[in-house]
Amino acid sequence: MTEWLSVASHVLVVAGIFFFLAGSLGLVRFTDVYGRLHALTKADNLGLGLLCTGLALQASGLAEAAKIMLVWVLVLVASGIGATLVASTAAACGIRPWLKRASAEREAAKRPAE
Amino acid sequence: MTALTVGFDLLLSAALLWLAWQALFLPLRFAAVVHFMAFNLLMALVWVRLEAPDVALAEAAIGAGVTGALLLTALGRLPGGGSRRAHPRRWHRYWRYLAIFSAFVSAVWLAWSVQHLPRPGLTTEIMAALDTTGVSHAVTAVLLNIRAIDTLLEVAVMLGAVMLVWSLGPALRPFAPATALPGLPALSRLLHPLFLLVPTYLLWRGAHAPGGAFPAGAVLGAGGILLLLADGVSWMQQPRYNLLLRLLLIAGLALFVVVGLGGLLLTGTFLAIPQAQAKAVILAVEVATALSIALMLMALYLYGEPGR
Repeated sequence: MTEWLSVASHVLVVAGIFFFLAGSLGLVRFTDVYGRLHALTKADNLGLGLLCTGLALQASGLAEAAKIMLVWVLVLVASGIGATLVASTAAACGIRPWLKRASAEREAAKRPAE
Repeated sequence: MTALTVGFDLLLSAALLWLAWQALFLPLRFAAVVHFMAFNLLMALVWVRLEAPDVALAEAAIGAGVTGALLLTALGRLPGGGSRRAHPRRWHRYWRYLAIFSAFVSAVWLAWSVQHLPRPGLTTEIMAALDTTGVSHAVTAVLLNIRAIDTLLEVAVMLGAVMLVWSLGPALRPFAPATALPGLPALSRLLHPLFLLVPTYLLWRGAHAPGGAFPAGAVLGAGGILLLLADGVSWMQQPRYNLLLRLLLIAGLALFVVVGLGGLLLTGTFLAIPQAQAKAVILAVEVATALSIALMLMALYLYGEPGR
């Protein structure tokens, strides 16, 4: 039982690290503030959830596991509201979302007229 | 395993140095502040690695959280805050040489004093004296009984910082957010019970485990700052609560001094706490200090004297 818990915990932690890596990659590579927020909040929430679940499986008691899971719940609330605030402030400041269509039109404008 | 830990420590130190360099020399102010916050987060990790969770708690809460938010809000109030002109007037060359020289001298002095630290530290002496202090956690015993004078002076320094900020001018109203979304007020209302529960837990825990007045005050202050930014604590700005605010700000220091003078009267030594009353006295001082620290952190965010 304990060995299975340990294996499950390691698998969950590695999966969480994968989500963190993907989120960081999205933060660096995506084109605008909305896309970056999407990558960061989605991946970090899920990644932190997996990480916390994995660590909670290794906790010494139920109280400790509950505290670790509370960390995840608090981060979910804070990052959800924070991301909404950042996105709505960006929209209010007039930052337009990046659209593939708009960039394709720009590409077309660059091409010499036929 | 040791190779892995040594590698992790080396990576941590290298990242710290890089972040410190970036925070000092990046031309973009916003990026410099963000690097400074990341520096403080890694610093908290370093304290965890040094097995000092008390310092790590305070570092994460005050260094990364409260100071970072203070710098960010100050940046928002600067004219052209996000601009690239971080060095409006370059330092005169002699000042730069003087700064480099004094940094070098203090680094050498620090290295010398680390070499001459008592080994293996004062752990055995403190553990021997722990039964007479009224608490069972060594760090709290040192902070509030054995070396209480240091903590008293720290609180006095924080009060001095608040006075310095208040001397700059009248208090500023927080900026209205760019959107009318109820997210920020809702968040502060939703989290407020936790912002009261967690410091109480940390305070109570401080007697026997990592915790105590400084982390508790920092968490309580962070909750208060969230309320301040959402314009939720207007009483701090109103003239009729001014006296109450000032009394609460000095409560921690005042109680500390009263305890010190009481010790002088009862035992003949300043800040000596009689063993029978030690637990109750330490708890009272911790509660008052935590409240004062929280209010001092909030008072810094007013950017000036309220009610002037």
